[in-house]
Amino acid sequence: MDITKMKENHKVLAEYKYEPGQIDKGYTNRTLYVNISDNTISSKPVTQMMKEKFVGGKGFGLWYLWNATTPETKWDDPENEIIIAGGPACGITQYAGAGKSLVCSISPLTDIPIDSNVGGFFGPLLKFSGWDALEIQGKSDKDIIVYIDGNKGLVTIEEAPLEAFDAHVLGEQLTEMYADNEADKRNVAVVTAGSGAEHSRFGILNFTFYDPRRKVTRLKQAGRGGIGTVFRNKKLKALVVKFSGVKGNLNNPFDQSIINKTGIKYHKEVHDLDHLQNNMRKIGTANIIEIMDAYDLLPVMNFQYGCHPDTEKIKSTVFIEKYLTQGVQDGCWYGCSMSCAKAADNFLIKTGPYKGHRVTVDGPEYENAAGLGANCAIFDPEHILELNFYCDTYGIDTISFGTATAFAMECYERGIINKEITGGLELNFGNFYASVELLHQMSRGEGFGTVVGQGVHRMKKLFVEKYGADEEFLFDIGMEQKGLEYSEYNPKESLAQQGGYGLTNKGPQHDEAWLIFMDMVNNQIPTFEDKAEALHYFPMFRTWFGLYGFCKLPWNDIVPADNKYTDEPAKVPEHVQNYLDVVYGVTGKKLTVDDMIKESERVYNFQRIFNIRMGKGLRRDDRVPYRSMGPVTKEEYESRQERYDKQLKELIGYDPEGKTTEEKMAVLREYREKQYEKLIDAVYKRRGWNSNGVPTLEHLKYLDMELPELIEVIKDLQ
Amino acid sequence: MLEVVYIIKLNNRDFPWEEGLTVEKIIEKKSFTFPKIIVKVNGKHIEKEDYATTIINDGDNVQIIHLLAGG
Repeated sequence: MDITKMKENHKVLAEYKYEPGQIDKGYTNRTLYVNISDNTISSKPVTQMMKEKFVGGKGFGLWYLWNATTPETKWDDPENEIIIAGGPACGITQYAGAGKSLVCSISPLTDIPIDSNVGGFFGPLLKFSGWDALEIQGKSDKDIIVYIDGNKGLVTIEEAPLEAFDAHVLGEQLTEMYADNEADKRNVAVVTAGSGAEHSRFGILNFTFYDPRRKVTRLKQAGRGGIGTVFRNKKLKALVVKFSGVKGNLNNPFDQSIINKTGIKYHKEVHDLDHLQNNMRKIGTANIIEIMDAYDLLPVMNFQYGCHPDTEKIKSTVFIEKYLTQGVQDGCWYGCSMSCAKAADNFLIKTGPYKGHRVTVDGPEYENAAGLGANCAIFDPEHILELNFYCDTYGIDTISFGTATAFAMECYERGIINKEITGGLELNFGNFYASVELLHQMSRGEGFGTVVGQGVHRMKKLFVEKYGADEEFLFDIGMEQKGLEYSEYNPKESLAQQGGYGLTNKGPQHDEAWLIFMDMVNNQIPTFEDKAEALHYFPMFRTWFGLYGFCKLPWNDIVPADNKYTDEPAKVPEHVQNYLDVVYGVTGKKLTVDDMIKESERVYNFQRIFNIRMGKGLRRDDRVPYRSMGPVTKEEYESRQERYDKQLKELIGYDPEGKTTEEKMAVLREYREKQYEKLIDAVYKRRGWNSNGVPTLEHLKYLDMELPELIEVIKDLQ
Repeated sequence: MLEVVYIIKLNNRDFPWEEGLTVEKIIEKKSFTFPKIIVKVNGKHIEKEDYATTIINDGDNVQIIHLLAGG
């Protein structure tokens, strides 16, 4: 790559000089606004109201997005924004998982706000450069980059015509271009999408960090909801931030010693216990592939089943022993002892434009192995790694791609679509070459890949309108809600997790609540009220990570040795206290657990009302496909007949003896659908919402969120 | 003649009891492969090294709580 030539071809469209950052107790107290339609750049103050009601991170992102858009704004309108914000704790280096950014935009999949959290260095370096958030609005007519030099105090918008589009190449090019030397590469962070993000609705953003041991630019993903698609629609090629001088006290915290002390205690736990618990340091989140299979929770063949004999071939130890480099510090920000950002090095690519290249593949995360693998019945670890690589570099969400491809495969196998429609692709379950070809087509913007790239919601509509498919059946088997594809857990046997997916703000992503084991295995939340309490506490608790710039994984992927003796081990009370202590150390705010939940509730309810403002967010929008609740087809029922027959007898009082499978399925379905409705009633009540899912005015008052613009949206829906 | 089935409680659900049942055998029978679990028998914590030797008696209340809360 001729970096000099690329740089020479940059044309500076706008330049903005500013005083480099001053951080006070986690906040720079200003945000950077960049308009790429008229090439204006400015600074906005962070108000006390913003801090009190929205905290930071996702809160700031949603607040800016609300102000930038109207109820009519579509994802590809110039006024739609992409906001990246880290939160006040983002950037500290003493506690694990404190480098997270939250990205918000109006989603091309759901047409409502999406938020996606991501590691990598961009968020912390943005803050150290002097900005609590970066807000990008407008659309360019040429491919551009936005460059922030945090030491010089300089922001530029530059035409960038020659650089590559694919993330693993573009990340390297821009890191090389803006670093003064090898050591300086650690000080450069890039945000890119990829060639496929432009031709699908589930494009991702890749956030880089330079790995000096591997001498490779690594990629972490803001994966959900198509923000990469928005990025490319705006003709953004990349965002680059450069800041040198990272050290442990740059957040200028209120009390550094508390942060240090809490961090040391945590690091010791990881050191002593990880190998006895989840093995995050060896395999990362993929440690649960075989666990999900053993508990019948691994999505197999478009969520029809929960396990498969071939899972043995893709279990975590296969990746550890054959592919993932061990013994390397794999944190995606400084100071993360959990170190779960694993990678397969020197991996040989076998298809597509990078065939024959040896690359570093970031992953697989559990979701990638489950979605790209088991859900499409692909059980070859090298196939999973290749799909993982191409998803990342093309800028495609592994989860949406996996679930959408699994749906297309089931439609193909059932004759709903055929080879003529797929352009010759034999989309049978297990066909890796068809799956990876869909990705290559997305990259090139051609063929059936661009149809799959529209996502399950739009495929369903197309198959019904154009090919005469049965609408109800497709609703049952299409694993999407609000337009977003389900992430990769099979929730059929856990009513609480059906709600954990269905009663979310952004759509069925497990980052709000993951209650399957508490519910299905542990039976800790048997009543509707118990489930509703869990579906209140956990989504609010998890929202909080995204307000401050924390990663969720260090909370419960490792737990203290004596956690089991606590009153509520599922909450990991000591770690909750750690977070409160660290936030006290950073901001000086002495919070209780109740305060923490209330902070989240403010933003959570704001997002719910934002959804309502955009035309979603009511009870009808919380409906879920029946495949997430129970067996849609005879094959599914009969594969677990003993379980379902027992439930008919014991839960419903219905004698299955002598009944046809269809009769039994109908009775089970009626029961389960009623259970879900009862769950909705209980959860809405607990969350302070009316029976239509609208936050009540009393609840807004309780939360100190009686903002006139919110009341305007919901006053007639009370 | 009716077969008499003895029952214990496992996570507050009925589970068949048999002579010589231990914590370890329950874990095997249920394919509980996840390592991060808490085991209590009649409210008393059982440590991992005692799973094989802890006998479960008819009518016992066994809790095997998995600490897994997703990504």
